[in-house]
Amino acid sequence: MAELTDLTLKGALEGLKARRFSAVELAQAHLAAIEGARALNAYVLETPEKALAMAQASDARLKAGDAGPLEGASLGVKDLFCTEGVRSTACSKILGDFKPTYESTVTANLWRDGAVMLGKLNMDEFAMGSSNETSAFGPVVNPWRSRGSNRPLAPGGSSGGSATAVAANLALGATATDTGGSIRQPASLTGTVGIKPTYGRCSRWGIVAFASSLDQAGPLAKTVEDAAILLRSMSGHDPKDSTSIPAEVPDFQSFVGKPVKGLRIGVPKEYRADGMPAEIEQLWADGVAWLKDAGCEVVDVSLPHTKYALPAYYIIAPAEASSNLARYDGMRFGLRVDGDNLTETYEATRAAGFGAEVRRRVMIGAYVLSAGYYDAYYLKALKVRRKIADDFDAAFEKVDALLTPTAPSAAFGLGENTADPLAMYLNDVFTVTVNLAGLPALSLPAGLDAQGLPLGLQLIGRSMDEGTLFQLASVMEKAADFRARPEPWWR
Amino acid sequence: MAIDAATVRKAARLARIKVEDGEVDKLATELSGILTWIEQLNEVDTEGVAPMASTEAVALPMREDVVTDGGDAAAILANAPKADRGFFVVPKVVE
Repeated sequence: MAELTDLTLKGALEGLKARRFSAVELAQAHLAAIEGARALNAYVLETPEKALAMAQASDARLKAGDAGPLEGASLGVKDLFCTEGVRSTACSKILGDFKPTYESTVTANLWRDGAVMLGKLNMDEFAMGSSNETSAFGPVVNPWRSRGSNRPLAPGGSSGGSATAVAANLALGATATDTGGSIRQPASLTGTVGIKPTYGRCSRWGIVAFASSLDQAGPLAKTVEDAAILLRSMSGHDPKDSTSIPAEVPDFQSFVGKPVKGLRIGVPKEYRADGMPAEIEQLWADGVAWLKDAGCEVVDVSLPHTKYALPAYYIIAPAEASSNLARYDGMRFGLRVDGDNLTETYEATRAAGFGAEVRRRVMIGAYVLSAGYYDAYYLKALKVRRKIADDFDAAFEKVDALLTPTAPSAAFGLGENTADPLAMYLNDVFTVTVNLAGLPALSLPAGLDAQGLPLGLQLIGRSMDEGTLFQLASVMEKAADFRARPEPWWR
Repeated sequence: MAIDAATVRKAARLARIKVEDGEVDKLATELSGILTWIEQLNEVDTEGVAPMASTEAVALPMREDVVTDGGDAAAILANAPKADRGFFVVPKVVE
């Protein structure tokens, strides 16, 4: 048999159930792989003792025949999720050595279902970034390299550690979060599958808040079916999050492989960005062809306000962030830098604790919410947000799902986009729209570009209709037959 | 909109982030670039459009108005930079 870390989540769960290997062996294989992949900087905290203790408990439950749906599965956790007694920093210096005294609902759901935690995964500071380069722990290196090149590439962000851990077989799957594309864009850049579910599907309780009306958790996974398995465990109503949707969680896995004949797919013409590589255009056409071959009806649709989503997001998200990040005042947790008086202590603490991108966004947020600018910026953005949501509503009267590229480019070099904040923001041009509208969207690997780097396609669904996305994505996954793997140069 | 040095200092003050003199010009350039780019929103006619602050797919339930937790002083203080006898220690607020 191949290495245990090569298994999909589904394959590993079957192997554990059949007792072909133990949860401890599976965890050990992953821990060894993580140790051998520190050059990627995917994990900011390895928790081998916890992993082995959880795996032993899983083996006992597997033996006793009361295994949960994820029993023994070795997973990584984005550092944005609070994990009880285990350092959780959102990859910011301001949280210092913060050890939560509570567990986030999403991770608690995973442990309830038997999953095993391998460690905490690197990310952009407070999930603000599209390349994982704003992390206080340094950037993650994408396991993929251009053909014949050693140049280090960014894995995307903000869930760059989660995407890299999955792509490099350092976890069977990982938790991630998506405020403007932070699950889907790294999925596209690392050849993995990621889904941002409907806003409210996963509880936000215990996830460090960035922009509360946009933040949503979801999985990064090796396959569409693995993503469906993980999302089912992560989802569910939580009274501790007032925006958590009180609805039954469907068996997402049951949608995988279901026929898609007769489903109507919209292709929005506004998702053709200027200067987009011809390969992405071609791949998008391939995606359309795969769905047509499977019996879908493909129609052109228009989402006229698409180009305004990104500027609206860069008002709304910083505004919410400036509010949420006000809690980092140096008094109750994390870093404190003493000044001559209270205000100076706040200012010195936050100047030392926040990185450049976080400082920029918090300042923009404070500015657009300030007296005299609130109506011109913040309220205007909320009105444009409504127009963007209305565009989707109109489109979903005609179609069951939309197909678009996930990102405007393949993986780019570390440092390539860091000088110009706007250039970095443009990475999220195709993903940010659904956060504003609260809709579910999934990215799956669809092919390689001429340099041998993965490219993703995005499926966008109706509110609460993740099932159709899994159904369509599983058909596309089969047609794409994406088997390319990064060369394990880091070992 | 172009942001000048005074506006950068004002935003920094509102955000309670100390900005060194040497950082102001660079921040002014960056923030001006971002805010100018954002101004394309003015092309959108939003006359009569209701602002959308959240995207709830369904009506959300109210819970009983009862105390559901508390009595966790030790847990709450566990990560405090400075704590003393069950209290956070903070700088003097009133001169």
